[in-house]
Formats: sequence, structure tokens, C-alpha cells
Amino acid sequence: MAFRLQQALSPDEWQAVRLSLDVAARSVLVSLLPAIAIAWLLARRRFPGRTLLDALVHLPLVVPPVVIGWGLLMLFGVRGPIGAPLHDWFGIRLVFSTSGAALATAVMSFPLIVRAVRLGFEHVDPGLEAAARTLGAGPVDRFLTITLPLTAPAILAGAVTAFAAGLGEFGAVITFASNIPGETQTLPLAIYSATQTPGGEAAAARLAGISFSLAITLLLLAEWIARRMHLALGR
Amino acid sequence: MLDVALRHGFGPDQFSLDVAFTAPHAGITVLFGPSGCGKSTILAAIAGLLRPRHGKVTLGGTTLLDTAMHIDLPPERRRLGMVFQEARLFPHLRVETNLRYGARRAPPGPGPNPDPGPGFDEVVALLGIGPLLGRRPRNLSGGERQRVALGRALLARPRLLLMDEPLAALDGARRAELLPFLARLRDVAAIPVLYVTHALDEVDALADRLVLLDAGRILAQDTAEALALRTDLPLSARRDAGTLIACRIAEHACRRGLTRLEFEGGAFWVPLRAEAVGSRARIRLRARDVAGATQPPQGLSTQNILPATVTHIAEAAGGQEGFGALAVGPTALLARLTRDSVDRLALEPGQAVWAVIKAVTFDHARAPET
Repeated sequence: MAFRLQQALSPDEWQAVRLSLDVAARSVLVSLLPAIAIAWLLARRRFPGRTLLDALVHLPLVVPPVVIGWGLLMLFGVRGPIGAPLHDWFGIRLVFSTSGAALATAVMSFPLIVRAVRLGFEHVDPGLEAAARTLGAGPVDRFLTITLPLTAPAILAGAVTAFAAGLGEFGAVITFASNIPGETQTLPLAIYSATQTPGGEAAAARLAGISFSLAITLLLLAEWIARRMHLALGR
Repeated sequence: MLDVALRHGFGPDQFSLDVAFTAPHAGITVLFGPSGCGKSTILAAIAGLLRPRHGKVTLGGTTLLDTAMHIDLPPERRRLGMVFQEARLFPHLRVETNLRYGARRAPPGPGPNPDPGPGFDEVVALLGIGPLLGRRPRNLSGGERQRVALGRALLARPRLLLMDEPLAALDGARRAELLPFLARLRDVAAIPVLYVTHALDEVDALADRLVLLDAGRILAQDTAEALALRTDLPLSARRDAGTLIACRIAEHACRRGLTRLEFEGGAFWVPLRAEAVGSRARIRLRARDVAGATQPPQGLSTQNILPATVTHIAEAAGGQEGFGALAVGPTALLARLTRDSVDRLALEPGQAVWAVIKAVTFDHARAPET
């Protein structure tokens, strides 16, 4: 299939598909561990500022993506409070780079993973953790041997959903990482460029079709994984 | 020896818990009372899963909890095995991994108990769960799950076994299947067991000691046999009063369809039982099934006519009836008598009588009563 796709697409279009997959994968890798940690905090802990953290995590769902991209630009730009030391000390420049596109995508899809994983944690029967305690399992032991394995379906489903959503992130990416072919021009950006180019309708249609099929396939995959794992876990 | 003293409030409009009791270093101590009397709260506090407002729990010289001294060992360091009403097996682990979960976390060496307790193979054989080892919990029946949960708790080599209504979620047949395992467990594991229930047949079958609870208070605590004799407790109001008699299977008379049970001071003929000769059995004799006679009765179908002595006559609530406490050797029996019978036979303490008990009366003990 990949071979036929490659034939059907121009090298530039094919590059956009590959770049999208790359950016989405990187974004999930970056956000997975922090998302699990924050989901656990929100599901299991009562602490001051919990509501604030909850709101902050959900911000990308309600704030316009362009605003998120602008915020990232302010923070991670080469003269921003985080971007400046990164650039000056480590030579890392996030703006206008593939890594930057991945960061913008990660921020946007972060709430999706957190929500899925948090639901997963909330569904783990606290009685099982209590049973593990009486059997001598300390907090870390309990988390690794009982809570985390039982949350695995939710984590995987959340990761796949975030990956699917990440393939299509537009506003935050174009604002923070710009629209550079081969660097930051992911699928939706390529579609946008195609629609702006005279005679680009056919390319736009091809890319939109790919985008659509990828999203559907991944959503079905997420559903299938969740169901299979729930079965394996005996629920 | 387990020493427990707890005080805990649940809320402004609910009762408060205020109990103190001890459990010996071996045998089953049953906490018995109606639903919502605080039994499970007591167990959770001993396990460390609930922190009572005030309390002190010591086990064989180790302080598990002392709110006055700010000592509160977390459950994972108390080394108490717990069996819950729902088995709480880990759904993602196979039966064998479930069984070994606690064992793998038990500290190496002999531990606080000089007796290491039964090993893996022994427990698996005792509970008959060998064929289940490779399965997942969701593929087990309720009774099988509870047996695995029991094995898992036992294999963690606990200092004390806590059981919170382990049979309550099972139907009658499964309960009957599991009870003998629990009775055997008491003989194999040399650790104290604290057992919470509101089912009387479990008390009859398992209790060495009994702590009676109601609305957060202890009504009485003593050996099960001694409390069964008490006619002033709600235990006798909830069902017929009676006595628990520890017996040994002496012989099976298969042709006659009878089994002879020996107890201290005498023996009963009862309908044929399944246990092997020599094994222990405890039977419950209801006061209403015991009749008294001042002369040896003759030409009676009744199998059991035992010489006895009246030790005490007590009036039951209402005044129309009474209980006659009889002694057959050192064993006490209770007979429910009408006021009229007591007067007619002129029964009084010290009098020699015959206790008349039909063999078939013991059949009721087989049917689970709740």
C-alpha cells in the first residue's frame, strides 16, 4: 500500500504524509509520560490547585489553536523565557523546526491523552489496590503491578487517539513552526497550501482523502485495542 | 494474641463504634452481628485500610496501631492476610500469579511466625485449586475465586487472617462447598483468624470464640459453646436457642443408616454422615428438639435417651415458656419447655431426668440457615 501511495503522490505530497506521521509520533512520545502522571494526580489526589491544573490541561480544547501557537512562540521563541536558554546553552531551536511542530502538536493533543488515562485510572477498583496493600505491596509496587496494567487499555487508546488527532493539527503548528515543506509542512498544512495554489485542487483532494482514511483507521484501531485489552483483563 | 480497642464515629446521625476485645493466638474468632453493626469497620481498622478516630491494635507484642502514640503501620507492613466478600483477584494475572503475589512480597526467612505455615503445593492441594492455576480469574466460578483468594492470603504468610464475610456473595451450594475448606484451614494454619459474618451456620461450623456485636457495641464475648447456652442474647431471639456440642465421629452403622457421635459425657445417634470415623464435627442441638422425662421412657421411636441432670430452669421472655439447662456429664444441653410442663413434672435443679432427642432432628444442621 505504501508503495502504491508513493506512486500516486508527488514527492512533496509524500513528504508531507511522512512528516505528519513523524510529528504525530513524536508528539505522543513526548506527552505520554507527563500525561499519565497528571492524569493520576487528577484522578487520585486531592491537593490545592487541582482545579487550576485541570483547567490548564484542558485549555487547548477551548482556546483557539492559533492562540496556543502564539503562546508557545512567546515561551519557546529564541528570545522567550524558555526558548532563549535552550537556544543559547544547548543550541536547540524549536521554532520553525520539526521538533517545534511536534511540541505544538503535543500541547494540543495533551488533554485528549489525559482525559482517556484519567478515566482509566478512575475505573480501576480501589478494592484491588487495597487487596494488594494487605498482600504487602507498597505504593510504587502497587502502581506498577496493579494500577498501571489495569489502565493500559485506556493509555493505549488515548495514545492512538492523540496520534490520530496529531496528524491533523493545524493552527498551533502553522503559528509556532510555520509552513516549511520538508520541515514543518504536515498534511493539513500541505492541504492548505494546495488550496492556495492555482490548480492545486487535485492535490488537495488526494491529501484530504489520505488524511480522512488515516484518521478513521486509527480511531477504529483505538477502539479495537481497547476492546481486546478489556477482554484480556477480564472485564 | 490480638488485642483490639477502637472508637470511631461515622457521622452525626449514625451510631459510633466503641469496642474492645481480644482473640487468642490460634483458632477462629467470629465477629457476629446484623448488617451495619460495625463488624467490617473493625476489620478494616485492624487491616489498616481505615483509620479509626481512637484506637489501639496489638498483635503478639507488635503495635499495629496506637493513635495516642501516633503509631499507624501501613497495611502493607502489618502482614495481615485479608479475604474480602468479593474475592478481589487481580483480573490481569493468572491464578498462579495471583496466589504468589503476597508470597513474593513476604520478607524472606522465618518471619514473625516460627511456623512458616503451609507451602504453595500444600495450599493448592488443601483448597483443590491445582487445575485452576493457569486460568484467568474471569473464568472461575464464585466459589473457585474465593478459594483462590483464601490461598493468596494464606500464602503471604500472615500473622493473622482477616475474613470479611467471605461466603456472603455465594449461593447456598457454593457456601456449603466452601465451608469445609475453611474448617480445614483452621486446623492447618497455626494462625489466629478473625472472621466477620452475619450467617449463623458459619458461626456454628467455624467459631471457636464469638464476639456478638450490635450497633457498634459488644454485647458479649466468650467461647461459641458458652454463648450458645445464653438465653438472654439476641442470638437466641433470632432463631431457636440451642447448644453447640463438639463431637467425634465414633462409628458408622451403615445398615441402620446411622452414625454415632461421641461427645464428652455421652453419644448421639444421628442420620448417616459423610465424614470419616475419627474426624471432628460440631453439631447444633436446638432447645426445641430436646424433651425431658422424669422416668426412662419406653416403647419410643426416639434413638437418643440420655440420662441427665437439671442444672437450671430459666423463664423465657413472655413467661409462658422456659428453658431447662440439662447436664449430660460435663456437656450442657438446653431444653425448651412450656411453663406447664415444668410445673407438671415439678422440675427443679439437681433433679435426675432423661433427655429425649430424635435422631432426625440433626438433619436441620445440613441445610444452610441464614
